[in-house]
Amino acid sequence: MALQEPIDPLLEEISGPTPRQILRKRVQGHMGLLFGAGVVLVLLVIAILAPVLAPHDPYLQDLANRMVKPVFMGGTWEHPLGTDHLGRDYLSRLIYGARVSLLIGSVAALISGVIGTAMGVAAGYFGGRVDAVVTFLINVRLAMPVVLVALAVVAILGGSLQVVIAVLGLLLWDRFAVVMRASTLQVRRREYVSAAQAIGASTPRVILSEIMPNIVNNLIVIVTLEMAHAILLEAALSFLGLGVQPPTPSWGLMVSEGKNMMLFEPWLVLIPGVVLFVLVLAINLMGDGLRDVTAPDSRS
Amino acid sequence: MLPFILKRLGLAGLVAFTVSFISFSLLFLSGDPAAALAGETASGEDIEAIRRLYGFDRPMLVQYGEWLFQALRGNFGESYYFKLPVSSLIADRLSVTMTLGVCGITFALLTAVPLGVAAAIRPNSIIDRVALFLSVAGQAMPSFWFGLILIVLFGIKLRWLPPSGASTWQHFIMPTIVLGYYAMPAIMRLTRAGMLEVLNSDYIRTARAKGAGEGRVLFKHALRNAIIPVVSLAAVQMGFMLGGSIVVESIFALHGAGYLAWESIARNDLPTVQALILIFSMFYIIFTFLADVLNAWLDPRMRSS
Amino acid sequence: MSHIQDTVKPLLSVRGLTLDIPLASGTLHAVRGIDFDLHKGETLCIVGESGSGKSLTSLAVMGLLEKNIRRSAEQLNFDGIDLIGASKRQMRGLRGDRIAMIFQEPMTSLNPAYTIGDQLVEALRLHRKVSREKARERAIELLEKVGITAAASRLSQYPHQLSGGLRQRVVIAMALMCEPELIIADEPTTALDVTIQAQILSLLVELTKEMDVAMILITHDLGVVARVADKVGVMYAGELVETGPATDVFGKPMHPYTRGLLHCIPQPGKTKRGEKLGTIPGIVPSLIGDVQGCAFRTRCPHVVEACRGDIPERGQPPHEFLCVHADGARAAEGEPA
Ligand SMILES: Nc1ncnc2c1ncn2[C@@H]1O[C@H](COP(=O)(O)OP(=O)(O)OP(=O)(O)O)[C@@H](O)[C@H]1O
Ligand SMILES: [Mg+2]
Repeated sequence: MALQEPIDPLLEEISGPTPRQILRKRVQGHMGLLFGAGVVLVLLVIAILAPVLAPHDPYLQDLANRMVKPVFMGGTWEHPLGTDHLGRDYLSRLIYGARVSLLIGSVAALISGVIGTAMGVAAGYFGGRVDAVVTFLINVRLAMPVVLVALAVVAILGGSLQVVIAVLGLLLWDRFAVVMRASTLQVRRREYVSAAQAIGASTPRVILSEIMPNIVNNLIVIVTLEMAHAILLEAALSFLGLGVQPPTPSWGLMVSEGKNMMLFEPWLVLIPGVVLFVLVLAINLMGDGLRDVTAPDSRS
Repeated sequence: MLPFILKRLGLAGLVAFTVSFISFSLLFLSGDPAAALAGETASGEDIEAIRRLYGFDRPMLVQYGEWLFQALRGNFGESYYFKLPVSSLIADRLSVTMTLGVCGITFALLTAVPLGVAAAIRPNSIIDRVALFLSVAGQAMPSFWFGLILIVLFGIKLRWLPPSGASTWQHFIMPTIVLGYYAMPAIMRLTRAGMLEVLNSDYIRTARAKGAGEGRVLFKHALRNAIIPVVSLAAVQMGFMLGGSIVVESIFALHGAGYLAWESIARNDLPTVQALILIFSMFYIIFTFLADVLNAWLDPRMRSS
Repeated sequence: MSHIQDTVKPLLSVRGLTLDIPLASGTLHAVRGIDFDLHKGETLCIVGESGSGKSLTSLAVMGLLEKNIRRSAEQLNFDGIDLIGASKRQMRGLRGDRIAMIFQEPMTSLNPAYTIGDQLVEALRLHRKVSREKARERAIELLEKVGITAAASRLSQYPHQLSGGLRQRVVIAMALMCEPELIIADEPTTALDVTIQAQILSLLVELTKEMDVAMILITHDLGVVARVADKVGVMYAGELVETGPATDVFGKPMHPYTRGLLHCIPQPGKTKRGEKLGTIPGIVPSLIGDVQGCAFRTRCPHVVEACRGDIPERGQPPHEFLCVHADGARAAEGEPA
């Protein structure tokens, strides 16, 4: 009497997609991530190929052709985005400025990432005194006004690219430490970590092979966000005249140089500002997107 | 709650002490403060004279001890540039910065909290998307650039607002917006996330099951709980804002403490810079301390423990 | 007792209640056309395994479903009020006043930011124009009734200062503030210690009987059902597969699933010492997409081809069940007809 039917529609199991497929689907469906990553990639290529792409020497002054208007405001294709107050080609300076921004952003994020991750993971893993000390250091760091300290230090040491990078790198580790500490605390409680400890794996081994792989997603997100943060700070420092020094083409510096003329030639301020905004926006969107797609239970 | 406050106070004191040491040490970063102060053209004798005059020849820890002792009594030495006591210099300028900070955080809270609540009520709706866009854009907007755009637009082209200075309340509108806009995204996101979480909680369902109306559920039952972490964040942001006022004050030529910091840094006026770093840090420390106490008081679970 | 009441108009009358949840992978038919009646002062116990739709059903009656869940019914009547057509305002007026609900999690179902007193007083003052003082008196009276000592001093305490058992007593007191006619209790004791479970449950049953409140009690505990239920509804995968007076359902379970459930618990007199308790093998089907036929057929030992088609309603009111077998395959299991 019992019916032996192999396939009953009710029992048809939905064979789920693999994690990799899910990830790909999430990435493809995430407009912010695609847009952000796309823009960052394009700007990265532009920065790398700057010598090839820039139509002119970004440092070459031509006082006879000062403040030529960009092509969309009646200028010529000789200087598609016009020239600045010293007659330097604006487009070329923008292109080389991408190098400065991305270099400072990525190296500063790298330095602060190493410092902050080391502190955060140590605090989360060892707990106790180590944790107390790290938490205290985070508090101290947060209490220091970043812009003020960075400005003061750059002013004392002189505003070279290396100094700006080092100062930002040494100042921006707080978020890394906070997030890595929290993530490590979470992962540390899981069974596989206890299991690794139980079979006698060494501490560095447990941290590198059990903890790190599980917190690297969060790390990547913070790297992008701090990179954006560093780029904005560099621009602000340079704008205030205490960051990267002229004649280096920095977007913040370009805004600062254009500011005196902004009443008559607002594009001098608009163009570098918009480019800066777009780059930071793109990096942030990429970071937010990465967080969304790698989150274990992201909302669809 | 008293043990909590005392413990928290001790921590704040320790942080303040460490910060004071760091801001004092900044002076020695250049290697020889006397040489830096004397300028590049100074002779060896001049430098020696300055070294003795300012006491740079003594061990650093001794100098720090004295500086701290004097600082605790409100004496930060004399400004190299203005030739005035640093404390009175700063006291004159602080009211502008404090006004700006209070206006900025108020503006940020008044815009970000309602936006965050509205976004949380209808996730993925138009308003949620607009709020999300504003917060993402806000984080990416360089504040110095935003300020300049506002000046050109409202100060010069439309002539609605005075482009710079601090003599009337209208002068504070644009700086407030620029400063406050910077704190908005974080506050909005936290409000939204907090409301979303709280609205999904069991006690909200209980409130609805009692027959409470939507407004009551949202504002009496949900917001009251969701706002607790926002208080801490607002305090932190307020501390950051005072530090960030340096950019805003320099753009709008508001002669506050931030502007003073900018001037002093550019002029190598180290006593003033040290004092300002310490004072801005102290504000941060005090705000976060007060926020923690307020937080503990707002959250009954912490109040009674 | 139920015979007399069959002629009286029921307090709550549900016909063809259906709940659909649109999901990315298709529509989840979480509850499919369930019928039941509840009379004044009666206790209906709904049993069934996790995910069978018990909570959704109770939330549907309260009008507290999440916005994305689609609710439809031929009839959803509370004391002559059509709950499907009722306005938000009307529903709000009913909730907490005439229909109260008690949730599973006492630890989280009270607002941590307000005192017990505030929350109890609010429950009354939302519906009655009484002074704060009067409301406090009522709160104290009810707290004493649910067995809380030093009731007056409890009013100024916060939820986190009370144990789980005490909190659930507060929640019960809160449900009773407006003297409701119907209480829906969704697994009110599952989250509590076993010893406290029994206390809270007997308290709840005692109070509902004393105050003549009808109750829908959702529980996994068949032992409890046997003790307190006037009526029993057995839910499986979104359907009420068997309903009837408790004595009938326990005495002569018709649906194969009901018998499976009853074999899962030891029954005094029936289960012999050392005898193995039954389990129901198999898995619960997914209810996403079109659901045809009997959902229990994937686990039923008496499955036949007809189980894939429409399932007739069998039995005589008040004891009814859904099965293709006229006797619910009782004969096949060697049970008396
Ligand atoms: N908001 C929702 N969105 C999607 N699915 C839901 C939602 N609410 C409930 N469900 C699904 O509907 C089904 C019935 O849920 P319900 O909570 O009513 O079960 P239950 O019988 O109360 O189970 P338990 O005994 O575990 O409380 C479950 O499969 C559940 O996953
Ligand atoms: Mg349930």
